[in-house]
Amino acid sequence: MSETAHAAHTEHDDHDHKPQGWRRWVFATNHKDIGTMYLIFACTMFFIGGAMAMVIRAELFKPGMQLVDPQLFNSMTTMHALIMIFGAVMPGWTGFANWMIPMQVGAPDMALPRLNNFSFWILPFAFTLLIATLFVPGGSPAGGWTMYPPLVLQTGSSFPMLIFAVHMMGASSILGAINVVVTIMNMRAPGMTLLRMPLFTWTWLITAYLLIAVMPVLAGAVTMLLTDHFFGTTFFTAAGGGDPVMFQHIFWFFGHPEVYILILPAFGIVSEIIPTFSRKPLFGYEAMVYATASIAFLSFIVWAHHMFTVGMPLAAQLFFMLSTMLIAVPTGVKVFNWTATMYKGSLTFEPPMLFALAFLFLFSIGGFSGLMLGIVPADYQYQDTYFVVAHFHYVLVPGAIFGMMAGVYYWLPKWVGNMYDMKLAKWHFWLSTIFVNVLFFPQHFLGLAGMPRRIPDYAVQFTDWNMVSSIGGFGFGLSQLLFVYVIVKCVRSGERVTNPRVWEGAHGLEWELPAPAPYHSWTTPPSPAVIARGAQH
Amino acid sequence: MMTMIRSKIARLAALASTACLATPALAESGWGQLNMTEGVTAISRRIYGLHMEIFEICVAIAVVVFGVMIWSMVKFRKSKGAVADTTLVHSTRVEVIWTAIPVVILVVMAVPAARTLVAIENTTGTKMSIKITGFQWGWQYEYLDGGVTFISRLDRKSDAARELMSGIDPTTVDHYLLNVDHPLVVPAGVKVRLLITGADVIHSWWMPAFGVKKDAIPGFINEAWFDVDPDKTGIYRGQCAELCGRDHGFMPIVVDVRSKADFDAWLKQEAAEQKQATAPAAAPATASTVTPGTPAAQ
Repeated sequence: MSETAHAAHTEHDDHDHKPQGWRRWVFATNHKDIGTMYLIFACTMFFIGGAMAMVIRAELFKPGMQLVDPQLFNSMTTMHALIMIFGAVMPGWTGFANWMIPMQVGAPDMALPRLNNFSFWILPFAFTLLIATLFVPGGSPAGGWTMYPPLVLQTGSSFPMLIFAVHMMGASSILGAINVVVTIMNMRAPGMTLLRMPLFTWTWLITAYLLIAVMPVLAGAVTMLLTDHFFGTTFFTAAGGGDPVMFQHIFWFFGHPEVYILILPAFGIVSEIIPTFSRKPLFGYEAMVYATASIAFLSFIVWAHHMFTVGMPLAAQLFFMLSTMLIAVPTGVKVFNWTATMYKGSLTFEPPMLFALAFLFLFSIGGFSGLMLGIVPADYQYQDTYFVVAHFHYVLVPGAIFGMMAGVYYWLPKWVGNMYDMKLAKWHFWLSTIFVNVLFFPQHFLGLAGMPRRIPDYAVQFTDWNMVSSIGGFGFGLSQLLFVYVIVKCVRSGERVTNPRVWEGAHGLEWELPAPAPYHSWTTPPSPAVIARGAQH
Repeated sequence: MMTMIRSKIARLAALASTACLATPALAESGWGQLNMTEGVTAISRRIYGLHMEIFEICVAIAVVVFGVMIWSMVKFRKSKGAVADTTLVHSTRVEVIWTAIPVVILVVMAVPAARTLVAIENTTGTKMSIKITGFQWGWQYEYLDGGVTFISRLDRKSDAARELMSGIDPTTVDHYLLNVDHPLVVPAGVKVRLLITGADVIHSWWMPAFGVKKDAIPGFINEAWFDVDPDKTGIYRGQCAELCGRDHGFMPIVVDVRSKADFDAWLKQEAAEQKQATAPAAAPATASTVTPGTPAAQ
């Protein structure tokens, strides 16, 4: 009896016997395989969305219409946003969550593996549907990713495709978020208390709650659009007693937490990388957790700052201005804590640290412009100009995207067991950082000087800075090919990692596992001693 | 000698003003397009002042915070033999201080912002009203007390040049994309009320020089106002600021600010001309002029 049990146990222990070939991926239930698929999907979407950005920057290189019809231009801005937000950043973070959360909390896998498979495999269909709109009569959606009625109701045959694609993306995100919450709440190893969890897991937990709270709101809003379009309802049509501005309120009730969904996991990654390369524990760990939670809470009561020009009562404008400004307090606490972590540290500057530092500076610039945008009277001049475009690209590109790149360079050796080419990775860093500023910094000037966003052509006085911005855009886009090359080279022929800890100052349960990480992360829970060693704060 | 020094000083001053944002001399050239306009109304100048104040506070914070970051990156390098002080993980006092200071700074920002906002929202005491209706893709202006209504669209030259591969160099077009066939004419030194609505989709009426941007929403009437300085007559240009479809980028706004007397004369003449032109069909035209609170005619 005991022998059989033992035999069964041994067999169970060694269930690296994954399905081979396409079955491994289509029927995947392993968190690493699914994580890999999410990351590859996100990277693919990053390049598709990026190609659309190149079309935009090429058309805006000089005044006059040279390349695309204005309608196609509007499609490009709309699709670029939808693909980057829902296709690149959100699945990218879910990929990181899949890979890292079980390893960080001492679990063998995610709590709900089949749900995990389902939530991933929705995405290729959702985005095939969305991208297919390029080829239907009337073209892709061109009313902006914000889908404001009545404009969005003028969309051609692609309208129901857009709505259905958004529904699928939302369903995928909700399922992924449920999986994260259930995993963190139920699968932590004994002794891994909530306040011992690494910051990346913490920020993802909060992100997951945000997702569960707001994705259904988006689904509701787009469903109302659908019924307005096809079934004669008038939720957003004044002629039938509806209100187009109500859509904006509902949309941004989703939309503002959404921007924190895109950035919080980056906060988490940076909170792990800076201590590692400062060889010093994170300063104010608990304050970081509470600051993240405060930001998440505030994100629910600031939505109307996206729509100060719609004509709201004075009291509402004052409320949303003050609540928006409040967000600067917990965000400031985070930036100060990161800085204090470096203070009296012992710093080295490997690629993950370089990206984390660029994040620190450039995200802060996006934060400053965000604060400026929160001041209502000034917002009247900024609203819907390139100043806004500069602002949100500063928080999303050197913010969220750099956070991801930092994460890839941090954990890739752990994932594949090989080290990447440091020199090329540093080249990738410097090219990205220089070009991202050439690309987006001049857009502040353009916006302040009066250039509206979402226009395919502009008055000649905006030529010079648009040219600079376009050059930066092409440079940034091309630099990302290097990123892919570094990763492929690392996976194929990178030098074997000998030390499973990889980085001298790394702490956390993922570094206690061998490199490459085993197929099933923690088949037996880590001992309290190992957990204590990992949670160094 | 004196002249040499003086010219040197002048050159230095020019250099300094180039470094500062938005010098009038550079405003025309592309590279000098760096900052928000001060505009020509008391409100637009207050907004500009607020914008510069927040900007300067942000720069000051950035100098301090980025300074500490850079200093830490230089000073605590492992390659320079820095050893980490791993006991430095928490300090309630420091954390209270750096939570409290931002709150104080925010209050300093919020008070003038709120005051300016209250001033902007004060729509009392306007002397005349203009109804603005955004449509795909142009603007309709209606002088509610003057009996004048007209449509304002992108001018012909810009419209020809902006066609895909038109072969027309935009730099040869006068005020490319910022010129209209029929500008809005308003008096200087008069508080003018704007009633803004949309005919089809949402547009946004933006005149940077007046500090006014208000969405034109079908079915709703938004209110805004401006009062141009009496001495600031001239032509001011803006654009639609809310994505409104294919030709969103091609519906500029041009305002011709004239002295009160010139404006009155213009309005009188325009009203007479329009009355004459529409005389046979006068009845339906007046019937459809304005019914506040209802959607504009599609």
